[in-house]
Amino acid sequence: MPAGPTTVESVASAIDLAAAYRLHPNVAVRPEPFGALVYHYGNRKLVFLKSPRMVAVVRSLDDAPSVRSALETNGVAGKDTDRYLVALNSLLASDMLISSETPEVSCAR
Amino acid sequence: MLVDQLKSGLDAPICLTWELTYACNLACIHCLSSSGRRDPRELSTDECKAVIDELARLQVFYVNIGGGEPTIRSDFFEIVDYAVAKGVGVKFSTNGSRIDAEAALRLSGSDYIDIQISLDGADRETNDAVRGDGSWDTAITAMNHLRDAGFGQFKISVVMTRHNIAQLDAFEALAAQYGAELRLTRLRPSGRGADTWDQLHPTNAQQRELYNWIITRPKVLTGDSFFHLSALGESLPGLNLCGAGRIVCLIDPIGEVYACPFVLHDEFKAGSVREAGGFTAVWRESELFTSLREPQSPGACGSCGSYDACQGGCMAAKFFTGLPLDGPDPECVWGNADDELARIAAATDSAKPSPGPGHSKPTPVSLGRKPVDAYS
Repeated sequence: MPAGPTTVESVASAIDLAAAYRLHPNVAVRPEPFGALVYHYGNRKLVFLKSPRMVAVVRSLDDAPSVRSALETNGVAGKDTDRYLVALNSLLASDMLISSETPEVSCAR
Repeated sequence: MLVDQLKSGLDAPICLTWELTYACNLACIHCLSSSGRRDPRELSTDECKAVIDELARLQVFYVNIGGGEPTIRSDFFEIVDYAVAKGVGVKFSTNGSRIDAEAALRLSGSDYIDIQISLDGADRETNDAVRGDGSWDTAITAMNHLRDAGFGQFKISVVMTRHNIAQLDAFEALAAQYGAELRLTRLRPSGRGADTWDQLHPTNAQQRELYNWIITRPKVLTGDSFFHLSALGESLPGLNLCGAGRIVCLIDPIGEVYACPFVLHDEFKAGSVREAGGFTAVWRESELFTSLREPQSPGACGSCGSYDACQGGCMAAKFFTGLPLDGPDPECVWGNADDELARIAAATDSAKPSPGPGHSKPTPVSLGRKPVDAYS
């Protein structure tokens, strides 16, 4: 498919499998038949999560001690993992995921 | 595939345009909603709030509010504040006439509000020829207020015409000067644009110039409106599909729901938020939207190698130029609509649908002179 809102031109920051992340407080997840839409009210970026399992992984990040653990909990393993990491990287690059150590701040313009 | 799923519709629109009023202090010659006079049946404040409640329930992330000039409504800020409080972000388009220092300061207080200032020329002369005398100064004054109030990044929204394509670099410089984002959109032959399309729409050479310019500037926003140009090569950023009734729709000032902002015509009216079931029922169950979500025939475009890239172009552009919906866009970059357009132009019984009388203000008539027909 053509480059869409899902595409982040340069993924500056790569996700750390051993680290914990959570969704930015200004981010909303809307379930859809194909997966979900993720929207950031602060920077107005939109990302598509293209499968229900991808949505489950993202939702479980909040409570998981690490990305690896969130993937394992949802049965993501082997070759599949790359696809999930691409999606997580695009969320990270759009500031939709933040490190669990990041203090909560309201999104400044 | 995601695109196929988007074509078959979502539980709620991603992008919803809401024209709050047809009242406008300007009379732009390409206005897609033929705005001017307020429709007395306009949704009341309470009705607007009920629509917002519904959008919040549907998790519509944000609405694009327009008009007319939406800030003319005396309850404009009340409606915006209500939406933001409900978690529905607001992006609104304005000619800037009501963005004074106080309004700019007030708007700067929220992350959930985004503003688009309409400007259709990079200088006063080019802009005012389309938007009317004084409209350039009004827009620039509003932009100064937003900058002075520390609003941050607003958008400058430009409808691309034959007269401003040569100004792309100047628009970019103007936006940079204000720390603003530049947004370019396609002229549609809708509303009063039906009457001015022939003089205003870009030439094919200009379309190529525009494509080459946009493709090297990923930060310039286009609202996905130039996907017909993707036939020229690499796809432009965006979903590259017609989202009408599938991922976008429009609510007009009296609550009627149309497939997209560019087809304010009975043929594309899906229902009304005033009916039982409200907006949700229209979005999910209307006959029109259901049919738009079915696989569409490429028709005459099926044999063209570019169909996958351009998807046959814009439904509204085809409709209002009298072209079949399952054929090439009037601005097909390969000229595949040219013969049919020439046939339509030569025909005495024009196939073009009437854009209707719209909401244009009557042309002022001086006493003692022959009356002037506003629509002649």
